[in-house]
Parts: sequence; structure tokens; C-alpha cells
Amino acid sequence: MSEGNGKNPGNVTSMAHSPVPNEDLGKSGGTAKLKIFRGDAEGGQEVEYEVPLVEGMVVLDAVLAIQAEQAGDLAVRWNCKAAHCGSCSAEINGRPKLLCKTRVEEYDGEEIHVHPMRAFPVIKDLVSDVSWNYEVSKAIKPFQSSEQAPFTMYEEDVERLYEPKKCIECFMCQDVCHVLRTHHKHPEFAGPRFFVRNQWLEMHPMDEADRLADLKEDNGIGFCNITKCCTEVCPVDIKITDNSIIPLKERVASEFYDPAKWLMRKIRGNGSSRNGN
Amino acid sequence: MSSVAAAWKRLPWWVEPMSVVFVLTAFGLYSATIVLLYPGDSEQFPQYLSPFYSPPIGRPDWLPGFVTAPLFVLWIPLGFRATCYYYRKAYYRAFFWDPPACSGKAQQLDRPWAESTESYRGERALFVLNNIHRYFLYASFVVVAFLWYDAVLTFFPEGGFGVKVGSLIWVFNVTLVSAYTFSCHSLRHLVGGRVDCFSCVRGGNVRRKAYNGISRLNAKHPQWAWVSLFSLLLTDVYFRLISAGVIPDLTIIG
Repeated sequence: MSEGNGKNPGNVTSMAHSPVPNEDLGKSGGTAKLKIFRGDAEGGQEVEYEVPLVEGMVVLDAVLAIQAEQAGDLAVRWNCKAAHCGSCSAEINGRPKLLCKTRVEEYDGEEIHVHPMRAFPVIKDLVSDVSWNYEVSKAIKPFQSSEQAPFTMYEEDVERLYEPKKCIECFMCQDVCHVLRTHHKHPEFAGPRFFVRNQWLEMHPMDEADRLADLKEDNGIGFCNITKCCTEVCPVDIKITDNSIIPLKERVASEFYDPAKWLMRKIRGNGSSRNGN
Repeated sequence: MSSVAAAWKRLPWWVEPMSVVFVLTAFGLYSATIVLLYPGDSEQFPQYLSPFYSPPIGRPDWLPGFVTAPLFVLWIPLGFRATCYYYRKAYYRAFFWDPPACSGKAQQLDRPWAESTESYRGERALFVLNNIHRYFLYASFVVVAFLWYDAVLTFFPEGGFGVKVGSLIWVFNVTLVSAYTFSCHSLRHLVGGRVDCFSCVRGGNVRRKAYNGISRLNAKHPQWAWVSLFSLLLTDVYFRLISAGVIPDLTIIG
């Protein structure tokens, strides 16, 4: 192992997590114009800023450069700058994006409009109050098993659980979902993020809880009309609609909307048809 | 991403819903015309049966005139496609604008005809009936079996074996229709989606392999939905052109 030097303590070879240094700003020669929402829950307006362009610059770099040089009171939430933490979710030109994963060059020749996520209350500038999501999360029936962990599980039984576990809780799927964003069904609808969580719990081979009635009533899965916007915006490529929502809709359909199963239950008595097999 | 897909994504948001409206409306009008106005054409084709008339079914004379014989079968593929998870996405976006696309600008136009945004019910009111999709799937298995039977018959015109371009078109069409049918989300659920623990159930390994196979097919369900729709149309047009003597049906073997 080579030793670090004074300029690069710890021998860090990547500066991806750092804001663009001032000496690099403007090296590419051009500038980027950003129109950023400035305001709070009471209202606000776009303010135009211009920053020197750096090759490979992401929108978060530009926003942080504006914060450092031109608008010290500009509010933006960010942490890892590596598309892992899901903190810097916002809307760029009307579509939810991670500011740290979206290159300025993608908008070559276009104006760049940066707004906070609109499905949630705005706190200030680019920061939305996403705490409603944590309340929904708390209301979901947690993992329940009569066996004591650690469990012995087989690959073939858990391979479907890796995809939902990729979720970084950026809540962009919640933001783009028209059921929340346009129809404001927050009290009745959990949203795509929590169908992903429910799918992980429901398909877990060791979990014994039954969440189908909750999915139908409290989480309002019937409000989802599977128009797939959540899948389109997911930054970690979870196939939310095909692999989480539709499988859950099918399970709910089996439990509550299948006429043959309904008849069988009537004949046998009013138990759930569910056995996980 | 292919260059075509990348170019498609760069188009204005309204291009996709408008294209879906145009294609589905055109297909609906064409189907309605040949099924309701020209149902007797099935008897005039020399060797092939149009997929719109397969399997051929007799019609009681006492029925009103608008209830044509092909309708006794066509309600199955029609219902299967109308309740299909992919087509639901397509028509909610294109016909109901619910929403027409995902961008903020497009979502401002969500359900422009509705009195209030809060009146939205999704699939909890009338469209809860889409949950019957699996029953149309079961019925579709029967229709697909007949389509394959009719495909085999095209290789035996007048008793002897022969291969013509029309037969290959028939097989190609039924292959695409089968891919669409067997990539269905409901089938994926029935085979393995409802299972939590494959290693705990009898035949779990076979079910898991079948589930994974259907899942791979299912990833292309939208593509199967479109290409099978177009192949139905083109197969029907091809047979009509042969029947009318406009083009010859080239013989490959026989």
C-alpha cells in the first residue's frame, strides 16, 4: 500500500463526493444557466443563476457553486453525492431526478429549471418535507416470524428480494405518482415506495404476517392504475410496477376479487385462501 | 438503449399517447368492420382462415343480425387485451389522460374532463373489474390452442403436405400471439408469484424455473402486446389479398 501525501490524505483517488473546486470552475469555457425555485410553503418564484461549466458537472455541483458564490441562503438537501443516499431528489424540468446523478450536459441547449419535489410540502427552496413517508412506513405491518433469526434460507427463495432492497428512499417514485402528486390521496394511498417495501415483506420466505387486507384498504393499492411513471424515474432501476405493484395486485385479486375463490370460501367458511403456496 | 428508443424519448410527451390513440382506434375500426360487416368472408378464403375468424363457430339463426359468428370467440382476446396490465397503462394514459405522461407539465393535464382531482378512484370503482384478467387468460389458452391447430392445418391443403408463405405467416403470427399470452402478469403470478418459498412446496424447483422463464418473457410484455397486434392485422390483410387474387401465395415446398 502506498502512503498518502499531504495533498491527498488517506490516498483518496476519487473526488466524486466533493463539490467542484473553485479552480476547476469555468475550465470548459462555457456557462450553465439554471432557474431555481426560491421560496417556501407560502409561495415563491424562479431565480436565474449562471455558473461556469465544468466537464462532467452534475446539477448538484452547479447548485452548490451557486450556494457558495451567489446565494448563500439557497437551501438544498444532499449527503453522499454518489446516488446512494437519496437525499438530493428534486425536479429538473418537471421530472424527478437525483441532482447528484444528473449531468448538466444532458440539457445542452435547454434551460434548466430546478424545483423541489411537488408531491410534498416545500420547506425552503429545493427542500421538501418528506416526513409523511416515514409515517406511512411506520404503519406497515413489520416483519413477523415465529422462528428466531438467523434463518437458514435458500438462494432460490430470496433471489426476488434483492431488487426491492436496492431502494434508496429518494421518494422520487412518490413524487411522480399522480395519485399523490395530482390527486392528493396521501391519507388513503401508500405510494410506490411502500408497495416495494410490502413486496419485500410479502415475498420473504420467513415472514408470516398477512398484509393483503392492509394493502387493499389502508394502503389503497386499487388507486394505482399502473401507468408506470414510478418505474420510469427510479434511479436504481427497480421495476416497481412489474415486480412490486402488479405482483401485489395479483395477490390482492386472489384474496378479494377472484369469484371462484370467493365461492370456495363461502362453501368452506369465511377463512382466508392464503397459504403462500 | 437503442438509438430508436433514445430518439423516441426525445419526442414531445404527447407523441406517445397520441400514437396509442391512433393505433388502437385504427385497429378497433378495422376489426369491427371485418367482424360485424363481413363475417361471411371466413368461408371464402381458399386455404387459410383469418385469425379474426379462428376457430370457426356456428351461429344460431334466431340471433339479431349484429351478433355475428366471430363475436362468439373474439370477446376472449378482446377481454384479455382490455384487462391486460400493459394495455391498461396504455389506455389510461392515452384515452383517459390519467396521466397522459410523467412530466410535470403533462401531469397538470391529468383527467382534464374531471370536475375535481379528488374524485379520482383509480381501479377501485368501475375498473376494479380489471381484476378478472386471469379468467380471460384461462379462456385465451383455449383460443391459442385452436390458433395452433389452424396453423398446422395450413400445412396440409387438400390432404397433402406443403409449405407456402401464408403458412409461415400463420405460424409467425401464432408464435407472437403465444408469446404475448404466455408473458402475462397473471400467469407469472399463478406459476410462481403467489409462492413465498419455492423450496417449501412440491415441485418448487420446476415452478421457480417456470416463473423465471415467464419473468424473462414478461419483461418484454409491452413489445409482445404490440407486435402480436400488428401481426394479427397483417396476417388478415395478407389472406385477403390472396383471396382477392391481388398477390399469389408463393409455394416453398410441395
